Amino acid sequence: MSGGTFVGMPAFPEAAHEAVGNTTLRANLRHATHTIRDKRARAVAELDDWAELRAAGRRVKDHTLRHLDRYLVQLEESVVRAGGTVHWAADADEANRIVTDLVKATGESEVVKVKSMATQEIGLNEALEAEGIHAYETDLAELIVQLGRDRPSHILVPAIHRNRGEIRDIFAKEMAGWGRPAPEGLTDTPAELAEAARLHLREKFLRAKVGISGANFMVAETGTLVVVESEGNGRMCLTLPETLISVVGIEKLVPTWRDLEVFLQTLPRSSTAERMNPYTSMWTGTTDSDTADGPSTFHLVLLDNGRTDTLADEVGRQALRCIRCSACLNVCPVYERAGGHAYGSVYPGPIGAILSPQLRGTQSEIDASLPYASSLCGACYEVCPVAIDIPEVLVHLRERVVQGGEATRHGTKVMLKPAKGHAAERAAMRAAGLVFARPGALRAGQRLASRTRRLHPRTLPGPGRAWSATRELPKVPAEPFRDWWQRTQGARSKGKGNDA
Amino acid sequence: MRVALFLTCVNDTLYPDTGRAVVKLLTRLGVEVDFPMAQTCCGQAHYNTGYRHQAEPLARHFSDVFGSDAYDAIVTPSGSCGAMVRELYPRMGERARAEGRGDGLARTLAPVVPKTYELTEFLVDVLGVTDVGAYYPHKVTYHPTCHGLRSLGLGERPTRLLRAVKGLELVELPGAEECCGFGGTFAVKNSDVSAAMGTDKVRHAESTGADVLCAADNSCLMHISGTAARLRTAVRPVHIAEILASTEEEPLS
Ligand code: SF4
Repeated sequence: MSGGTFVGMPAFPEAAHEAVGNTTLRANLRHATHTIRDKRARAVAELDDWAELRAAGRRVKDHTLRHLDRYLVQLEESVVRAGGTVHWAADADEANRIVTDLVKATGESEVVKVKSMATQEIGLNEALEAEGIHAYETDLAELIVQLGRDRPSHILVPAIHRNRGEIRDIFAKEMAGWGRPAPEGLTDTPAELAEAARLHLREKFLRAKVGISGANFMVAETGTLVVVESEGNGRMCLTLPETLISVVGIEKLVPTWRDLEVFLQTLPRSSTAERMNPYTSMWTGTTDSDTADGPSTFHLVLLDNGRTDTLADEVGRQALRCIRCSACLNVCPVYERAGGHAYGSVYPGPIGAILSPQLRGTQSEIDASLPYASSLCGACYEVCPVAIDIPEVLVHLRERVVQGGEATRHGTKVMLKPAKGHAAERAAMRAAGLVFARPGALRAGQRLASRTRRLHPRTLPGPGRAWSATRELPKVPAEPFRDWWQRTQGARSKGKGNDA
Repeated sequence: MRVALFLTCVNDTLYPDTGRAVVKLLTRLGVEVDFPMAQTCCGQAHYNTGYRHQAEPLARHFSDVFGSDAYDAIVTPSGSCGAMVRELYPRMGERARAEGRGDGLARTLAPVVPKTYELTEFLVDVLGVTDVGAYYPHKVTYHPTCHGLRSLGLGERPTRLLRAVKGLELVELPGAEECCGFGGTFAVKNSDVSAAMGTDKVRHAESTGADVLCAADNSCLMHISGTAARLRTAVRPVHIAEILASTEEEPLS
């Protein structure tokens, strides 16, 4: 099965445990993320107005999200005017059904795909397969993932966790089963691997009558969709087939062409560290002449799948500003060690940790663990080209996990109960709160700890055991600071509560 | 100049030497230091783990203890606790307001926010000194902890202070800006990843050949030194306050 499934994933710490122990995986990830993060920093440093661009991107997105209803209607009108058809999908099932029916109506049983997060989010390939329709990924990294029956590990570089040797083996073993086999004696040089993929894919491009894509942006004023990419495979899928079906999250909207100016600068620099994307394809509705390139039938499937619920959350909604550049993944020390699969969704890394629990809710084990998959170091916020305060949203979602509270699910307000398994922690927090509420209690506790310091164990019981398994515990000093202060300088103190 | 020392619960309980160093250093620089004994904890651990409502009484208590006009500034040798007050107290006030609980919390917390300084910030920005007259004949590498670096934007302040220390040789730490992996409850909840991050930090410090790894936050240093002890490395984690307090007459032991 290609693509794999994300449901029933274990919580993040267990999933990460394996990755941390896999030295090849860690070396692959480390090498790739460090290379690209350094390049990104250089590409960003070239622009004097980066801070302004970042602020502008944030403003455009916030404005659009605030008036999303209005701009979506405008988009629909523009797309229809240009000869396209617009479909609205509330969730993954509905979107999959719409696309499957559209493909079936063409009588085709094969489609070529442009790399798209939205279609992965809804598991479109699997849904099509179940109806006897084969979906072929045409992005090189996506092809590697599909042939390897693997899951993507990174937004931009889905096969980031694979090295060249592994890719060669996958091509040699699997290509034949999907179409043109890999050439005899294929080596792991990049040129040979690329050529093997090119030949394999060319066959698919020339045969396909239906293309499926996502979009990086949709422009409300004209109904134009935009895809930016590095390889040009997307452009082949967007121009060769007769029918084009684009599945796009409703948050990908910008009001005007003018707004693209900002993102076409910030996106490539943040993602591939390029000044401009090698391929920027834009299409508006259908092509009416037989001789022109482009589809004669165009369908736009607008995907909600938890986005309006996310929009209803004042703190969390900023996650919808995301332009999927993946810069936050490349700087994240947790992603670097845990790998993308541990996040249990097509959105890994810091953005995945805040987006998935909002799109899917925090009820499952994996979704409840994601807000904790961060040390709150803030590196992600610093690089984000639309200034999403990821640490702020993480803490906000932690609150939802441990305390429950109000959230919106499927358009209605619900009161969430706290997630299971936090009772001990809640009790500890409450106890700590009581101690800290009274300086006298804190002091008594410190004195007790000091007096019994020789008896302290070297390993901690309960949840603390994980700490002491890999780190030495600090030794409790003979005298806490406040006792020293009282003993030596107490008379000088004029502050409140000095008799505590 | 009269300042209130906000030592933080971790320093008070586990690292009293850092507090003594701050008192010694500030006194030497002519600052009158007070330690309000009623202080406990700023609420950072509660807040960051998702217990914002439990953090609120601690924040109120903090304001109650430190809000007095008698202090010109509140100084803390902890970047993350400093960031809690400066960055997150205002946010707690805003959230309370957004929840329809009025301006009360925001008003209570407001007085302490602009007065709170991390130690190196206080030295450089308020006292205007970079040479604090310290002597410390060791090879030192500096780890800028995440909250100091990104929330407070300490920038070059700590390294400027270190460079002015007599006898001290400052060497650059590879991957300095990467998180050490502590992150409060992260170290427990995601122990494997946390330990892997800590190990890399220690290995990087080792690679510099430094005797001492210095930082401005004992929570991170606790994690790093716990890892260093396990890895049996020669690098010794030391808080920057202790280095700055060390003099020829009274060297840091
Ligand atoms: S959250 Fe920001 S940095 Fe991360 S992928 Fe989205 S836009 Fe890029």
